[in-house]
Amino acid sequence: MEQVASWFLWLYQETGINLPIVYDSFDRKRFAEGFLTTVWLSLVCLVFSVVIGIVGAWLQGSRLVWTRRLVQGYIQFFRNTPPLVQMYFFFFALGNLLPTVENEFGFQQPMLGNFAWAAISLSFFAGAFNVEIFRSGIEAVPKATVEAAEALGYNRLQAYLHVVLPLAFRVCLPALNNNLVNLVKTTTLAYAIAVPELLYVSNQVWSDNVNVPEMMTILLFIYVGLVGILVWAMNRWERAMKVPGYGA
Amino acid sequence: MNTAAAWTPDQPMVSIKDVHKSFGELEVLKGVSMDIMKGECVCIIGPSGSGKSTLIRCVNALNDIQAGSITVEGQEVNDPNLDKLALRKKVGMVFQQYNLFPHKTALENIMMAPIHVLKQDKTEVEARAHRLIKKVRLSGKESNYPGELSGGQQQRVAIARSLAMNPDVMLFDEVTAALDPETVKEVLVTIRELAEEGMTCILVTHEMGFAREVANHIYFTDRGIIVEHGPPATFFTDASDPRTQEFLSQIL
Amino acid sequence: MSRRQASLQRPTTDLPVLIAPSAGSTGRTAGRDSGCGAPPRLAYWHGFLLLAALLLSAGVAEAQSEPGRAGILETMIKWTPLLFEGFLFNILISFMAMAIGTVAGGFLGIWQISLLPSVRRGSWLVTQFFRNAPWLVLLFFCMFLLPFQIEIFGLVVPLPDWLKATFGLALPVMANVSEIVRGAIQSLPSGQWESAESLAFTRRQTLWMIILPQCVKRMLPPWMNLYAILTMATVLASVVGVSEVMTLTGEVLSAEGGRTDLLVPFYSYILVWFFIYCYPIARWTVYLERRFAVNA
Repeated sequence: MEQVASWFLWLYQETGINLPIVYDSFDRKRFAEGFLTTVWLSLVCLVFSVVIGIVGAWLQGSRLVWTRRLVQGYIQFFRNTPPLVQMYFFFFALGNLLPTVENEFGFQQPMLGNFAWAAISLSFFAGAFNVEIFRSGIEAVPKATVEAAEALGYNRLQAYLHVVLPLAFRVCLPALNNNLVNLVKTTTLAYAIAVPELLYVSNQVWSDNVNVPEMMTILLFIYVGLVGILVWAMNRWERAMKVPGYGA
Repeated sequence: MNTAAAWTPDQPMVSIKDVHKSFGELEVLKGVSMDIMKGECVCIIGPSGSGKSTLIRCVNALNDIQAGSITVEGQEVNDPNLDKLALRKKVGMVFQQYNLFPHKTALENIMMAPIHVLKQDKTEVEARAHRLIKKVRLSGKESNYPGELSGGQQQRVAIARSLAMNPDVMLFDEVTAALDPETVKEVLVTIRELAEEGMTCILVTHEMGFAREVANHIYFTDRGIIVEHGPPATFFTDASDPRTQEFLSQIL
Repeated sequence: MSRRQASLQRPTTDLPVLIAPSAGSTGRTAGRDSGCGAPPRLAYWHGFLLLAALLLSAGVAEAQSEPGRAGILETMIKWTPLLFEGFLFNILISFMAMAIGTVAGGFLGIWQISLLPSVRRGSWLVTQFFRNAPWLVLLFFCMFLLPFQIEIFGLVVPLPDWLKATFGLALPVMANVSEIVRGAIQSLPSGQWESAESLAFTRRQTLWMIILPQCVKRMLPPWMNLYAILTMATVLASVVGVSEVMTLTGEVLSAEGGRTDLLVPFYSYILVWFFIYCYPIARWTVYLERRFAVNA
C-alpha cells in the first residue's frame, strides 16, 4: 500500500498526473466514502423504487377509477418532468414544509437530510417507470395459465403468488434491469443537493487539487465500470431465470 | 342442510339440469340436461360454437350459469356461496392448450397443487407424482420444462397434474385439438386407460373413432341444445335428426 | 353491519391484478377493455388541471401570506417572461444537442455494422462508454475539458458555457442514437440485404437506398422518446452554471429575498412547464409505436 502510494506520488512529480485519491489519505478516505455513498444511494433507491413499482401496479388494477387515475397521473408526471427539478422540488420546496427537529447538540435541523430527500425523489422517479414495467409483465401472463391454476383449486392469492408473479417477473426482468441501470446513472443528480456522493466528492477533490482531467477520467471509468458490473450481473441473472422454451 | 352428504353412488355423479348460459347478448346454452353416473365415460360432440366447451367449464365453475342447476356428487355448483376448493378437489380439468406452468418442471407441475392447495406432505406428493409420470409414460422427463416437451407430452403432464389431486370426475376440453396427428394417439391411450380403470370422464372431442370406442354415452350438441344422444352403438348408425346426420357425414 | 355484509359475499380478493385473469364471471370478461384492467387515458387537459390546481394553491397561499409582501401569484406573473425566456433557452439547447447527437450517432450506428472489425468494435466501444456514463458526469467532462475558445485556421471561435453544455448533452444522445440505428438496422429481415445484393446493389447503395429508408419508421418512436429525455436533461446545465430556466428560478428566488412560501409554487411551475412540453411528445410516441406495430 505504501509503495503504491509512493509510486503515484512519483508519477505526479514526474508526469504531472495528479491522483491524490491514491496517495493522500484524506482524499482517499473521502473519495472512498463518496463511492460508498453512491453505491448505498443506488441500493436504497433500487429497493424503494421496486416497492413503489409493485404497489403502484397493484393500485393500478383497483376497481376505483380515481385510484387508477391517481396512479396514472403519478406515472405520467414523474416520467415527463426533469428528475433534477423533481429533486429540487422535494428538497427545497417540500423539505421546507416539514417541521425541524432538535439534534443532539440542541440545534434545529431539518427532519430529513439531503441523502433522504435524494433517495425519496429518485425512488419516486424510478418507481414511476417500474409501475408500468410490472403492470405490463402481469398483463403478459396468459389468462389460460391462471385459469388452469384455478381449475386445480388455487384461490386468487395462491395463483398470484405461485403462478402469476413468477411468470410476470421473468417478463419484466429486461425492462427492469434497464431502468435500474438508469437509476444508478441518475444518482449523480444528488450532487445538486449536496449529497456527498461520488461526483460531489470528486468535485471537492478537483477543487482542492486542480486535477480536473485526472478526476474526470477516473470518474467516467468508475461509473462505466459500476454500470458495467450491474449490467453483467443482471444479464447473468436474466439467463439464470430463463425458463427453457418460454419467451424469446 | 348439506346436500353433498345426501349423495350416494347410485345417484348421478354429475347432474346437469336445464342449464342456461349467455355471454352478454349471446346465449350459448339454451337448456341443457344430462346425467353422468359414476364410472361412466361421456363424450360431447358437435360443431364448433355449439356450447360444448362452455358446458364442461360450467361444471368446474370456471364459467357461471344464469339458470338451471349443476350438481357434482350432490354439491350445487350454481350457488353464490359455492366452496370452489371442495368442488375442484372433486373435478379435474384438462385444457386444449395444456396450460402447464412454464416456469416449473414436469414433476413440479404435478406436485404444485397438492402441496399448495391441499397442503399435503411433500415426500408423499413426490412419490405420487413419480407414479403418475410413469402412468402417463413420461418416465425420464421429470425434470424437463414444458417448453422442452412436445404437445402430446405436455398434454399427458397436464393429465397427470389433474390426477394428482385425486379427482372423482375428469373433464377433457378438446384435449387433442391442438396436437400433431402423430401425438394424438398417445394422449388418447392415456385417457382410455383412465376410463377403463373406472374414472368418471366427460370429454369434449372431435375424435369420433375414439368416442365410439370408449364412450358409454354420446351427446350431440348444436346451437346450445342437445339435439340427440345415445350409446355409441346406436348413435353413429341410427341418428335420426338431420343436423346430426349432416354433422356425422361431414366428419366421418 | 358492514362487516357482516362483507362476510356474506363471495370471498374475493382486492388484489386488482387478480381480477382480470379470473374466469369466474363473464360480465367481467366482457367488460375487460373498459373495466379494471385497462389504465385510464390521461388526457392533455390533465396538465391544465394541474396548472389550475397549482394556481389555486398559489392563491390560497397568497391569501395566507403576510400583508406588506407581494402576493405569490403576482410574483409569479412578474417573473414569468424571464423564466419563459430561460425555458426557451432549454428548448434551444435540446434542439441543438439533438441535432448534433443525431448526426454523430447516425454515423456511429452505421459504423457499428461495418464490415471492418476494427471500425465495428471501436464504434461499439464508444457507444457503450457514452451510453453507460451518467449524463451529468459527461456534462462536467465537457464543461471542464473543452477550451473556452478554439482556433480554426487562425479564426478564434469562442466556446461559451452553454455551447459546451450542448456538446456535453449531445454525447449521450449520440450513443443512444447509435444504439437505435444499430437496433433498427439489425431488426430488418436479412432477406432485404440478400435481395438487394442479388440485384447487384453495392453495400453502400443497399444501406442508403433500401435499408435505412425502411428503418426510419422503426427509429422514430425511440428517437422521440430520447428527445423527451434530453429535454428533461437540459436542466442539468444549471448545475454547471448555464443560465437556463432552473438557474433563473434560483436567481429569482434569491432576488425575492429567499421567501420560503415561494418555493413550492415556483418549482411546481417549472415542473408543469416541462410536463406540458414533454407529455404530448410521450403520447405521440406511444401512438406512433402502436400504429407502426400494427402496420409492420
